[in-house]
Amino acid sequence: MLPELDLVNVSRLQFAATAMFHFLFVPLTLGLSWVLVICESVYVMTGRQIYRDMTRFWGLLFGINFVMGVTTGLTLEFQFGTNWAYYAHYVGDVFGVPLAIEGLMAFILESTFVGLFFFGWHRLGKVEHLMVTFLVALGSNLSALWILIANGWMQNPVGAEFNYETMRMELTSMSAVLFNPVAQAKFVHTVAAGYVTACMFVLGVSSYYLLKARDVAFALRSFAVAAGFGLASTLSVIVLGDESGYTTGETQKVKLAVIEAEWETQKAPASFTAFGFPNDTAQRTDHAIHIPWLLGLIATRSVTEEVAGIKELKQNHLERIESGMIAYAQLRKLRAGEKTEATRALFEKHKNDLGFGLLLKKYTANVVDASPAQKQAAADDTIPKVAPLFWSFRIMVGLGMLFLFIFAASFFFLAIRNLAPQRWLMRLAVVCIPLPWIASELGWFVAEYGRQPWTISGVLPTFLSVSSLDASSVYASLGAFVAFYTGLSVIEMYLMLKYIRLGPRSLGTGRYFGEANAPSLGARRVPQPAGAGED
Amino acid sequence: MIFDYATLKVIWWCIVGGIIVVFALTDGWDLGIGMLSPFLGKSDDERRIILRSIEPNWEGNQTWLVIAGGVLFAAWPLVYAASFSGMYMAMLLVLFALFFRPVGFKYRNKVADLRWRTAWDWGLFVGGFVPALVFGIAFGNLLQGVPFHFDAEMRAHYTGTFWQLLNPFALLAGVASVAMLAMHGAAYLGLRVDGVIQARAARTARMAGIVVVVAFAAAGVWVATGIDGYRITMIPDPNGQPNPLAKTVAKLPGAWLDNYGRHRWTLAAPLAAFAGVFGVSVSVGLRRSRVTLVASALAVTGVILTAGLSMFPFIMPSSSVPNSSLTAWDAVSSWRTLQIMFWVTVFFVPLIAFYTSWVYAKLRGTITLETIRSEN
Repeated sequence: MLPELDLVNVSRLQFAATAMFHFLFVPLTLGLSWVLVICESVYVMTGRQIYRDMTRFWGLLFGINFVMGVTTGLTLEFQFGTNWAYYAHYVGDVFGVPLAIEGLMAFILESTFVGLFFFGWHRLGKVEHLMVTFLVALGSNLSALWILIANGWMQNPVGAEFNYETMRMELTSMSAVLFNPVAQAKFVHTVAAGYVTACMFVLGVSSYYLLKARDVAFALRSFAVAAGFGLASTLSVIVLGDESGYTTGETQKVKLAVIEAEWETQKAPASFTAFGFPNDTAQRTDHAIHIPWLLGLIATRSVTEEVAGIKELKQNHLERIESGMIAYAQLRKLRAGEKTEATRALFEKHKNDLGFGLLLKKYTANVVDASPAQKQAAADDTIPKVAPLFWSFRIMVGLGMLFLFIFAASFFFLAIRNLAPQRWLMRLAVVCIPLPWIASELGWFVAEYGRQPWTISGVLPTFLSVSSLDASSVYASLGAFVAFYTGLSVIEMYLMLKYIRLGPRSLGTGRYFGEANAPSLGARRVPQPAGAGED
Repeated sequence: MIFDYATLKVIWWCIVGGIIVVFALTDGWDLGIGMLSPFLGKSDDERRIILRSIEPNWEGNQTWLVIAGGVLFAAWPLVYAASFSGMYMAMLLVLFALFFRPVGFKYRNKVADLRWRTAWDWGLFVGGFVPALVFGIAFGNLLQGVPFHFDAEMRAHYTGTFWQLLNPFALLAGVASVAMLAMHGAAYLGLRVDGVIQARAARTARMAGIVVVVAFAAAGVWVATGIDGYRITMIPDPNGQPNPLAKTVAKLPGAWLDNYGRHRWTLAAPLAAFAGVFGVSVSVGLRRSRVTLVASALAVTGVILTAGLSMFPFIMPSSSVPNSSLTAWDAVSSWRTLQIMFWVTVFFVPLIAFYTSWVYAKLRGTITLETIRSEN
């Protein structure tokens, strides 16, 4: 019995929606946790109260955001079972491992200490509390590591083998899964993107205070932390962009070709398409502007290696589909008990293409009787639509360049001690607060949509991965998720804005703008009594 | 240490059981206090005190549920797949109810408006009550078997409906579960607060304990005389490749008592449940909060292990196609995965226990209004 397309589409939509909701909150958690560690480390080293206040205030905003990450993250842990049951069976032996380790090593570390971060200020020594903050940051970032090891395996399924007896993929090498180059590249890229998000947030909010000329000492120090950390992070995102992981693994090659709209394999080194209008039906890019050599250099880090084009990849896939049909035919015999040496040998020879054979299930449940037209249709399916990926990627990269400019300019004007007159830069930082979220979501889209038609690249097609459910129940749950998460996000935004407007006075220390014994606006210009602004 | 496959399978049954027990013991009091707070707290201040007793710790406790999910995925992928997709609506009900907790705890006190706070209190009530109820109902259904089967390509098909899960026996198990976690929550609350709230918590623990005993005993009689159990009549070598379709299973009355007849020591589980509740009742009278909590923990452990041991080696029996039932022998991952995950668990669980105790120790002490004021 095959899943219906309606069910497949709504299940995909639900996963996309819940994952993207989750990723509205995760990047800020990843980055802000280190901002807290930086501020608190300075506090512990210098003993200056203002850094403790910074840790507490940014920690307050961290907390409001963090709980939404938990709320939306819970769904993802369970959704593989509820909505992707066949996937869970087919790859649980491999994919379940990093997920379970994530819980045992990372998520529980973060969750156990996050309460103590908020309630431990009077109960812990300075260094103890810093250690707690550090463990929260470590936990959340390790969490990302394991999730991306799992996700990297979906993109490039190494260290595993199909077992016809159990009808699933089984782990053959844990170290191959851990040191999967795709996973490593994704991890660095994703956490660095999270740091950029958090730095842009802190930079923008601090700029808002600076523009309003309130809490200047507090805002300037926060601005400086964000500018420095942000500059370093943006550089890592760009330099260690996960394009470096695009040369290993079949789907990654497809993704690269599609992102670059490279229809034909070019002579090395390939040129980079900076701009143009990809045309899927004619398989060409209209009005394209090419930059010679650049793609070859970025993707292969060499001038001699070729970057495979879409047409060549599709042709390879057609051959693999035919090989996959043989594998599937042998698998059926083996499952029926016909375990002769010949069957087994033939299966072993073709089993790496079994996934390509399974692609045919969309057209013929039997697989082995596929017509040439059906095989071609399945081969066409192996290339995702070009335009959405082409544009998403370019917008993401463009935003990255913009962030680099903002952080570099901020850092520069801070370094030459001339930030105050640069009101344009502060305004730009405020306006740009939402942009890293757009870049992050586009990044996910490129990674996940670019992997289609697979859940596990080359192994398991998406349409076979779903649970046997009524499409109507999934429509109902999708509606509930969107309604619920939207409602909660609105509440979260309301609280975020409320506390951003309040600013550090929400800590109730009596030292900040709007508080009785805080220095008034005019008082900034006259010499302050010692210890008024900080102690 | 290298274990053979069959031994690892038994170890993994123990690990999963252990994680479920730890979840129930730690997050159990969070769920219980969540559902009790609107009733035991008569004013905003009282509710703040009640919620503050668990606020800094509940998040870590809930992670045991996430770990249970991850470990099921890795060690028993077929159970993870078949149970979560089969009981789709029930699982989502739990999820949506749990959504109220992270935001509820964090956002409740961020706005002074009383309607805002009351709304979150009821959100936290839902976040405690609904999961407790559904977990009980789920266990009640597992004991009866769930209508599902696998096709030739190991795709799970659930053939029942959501409403079928709400049958009388399952609802009884749901009541037992709600009462049990309410008792456990009240027992923990009694340790963390003083005065009038402590007195209310003590009374609640005793009352909930009575419901637990009655429901648990009734379910026991029902299992012995009313519902059918399952028994494996033929199974291939447990050291071979796991295949849930290769065994034969009979569905027959009284089969859930097999293990108690064969291994007398398993009777310790139901006895612990009764002794624990008795201990709660007595210690409440003596005002020994610490003893109440230990007794309550004994009861919770006893109840869960009773359900698990009655069914062993079954995890999720199939009522429609009994041969498709999932057991500890054939619903498992490969030997290598079980072996790796065994070492991961053995390494991390003591580490987690260590730092969790440290965090609890740092946050110990009676919660009063002064505690809350001093923290702001």
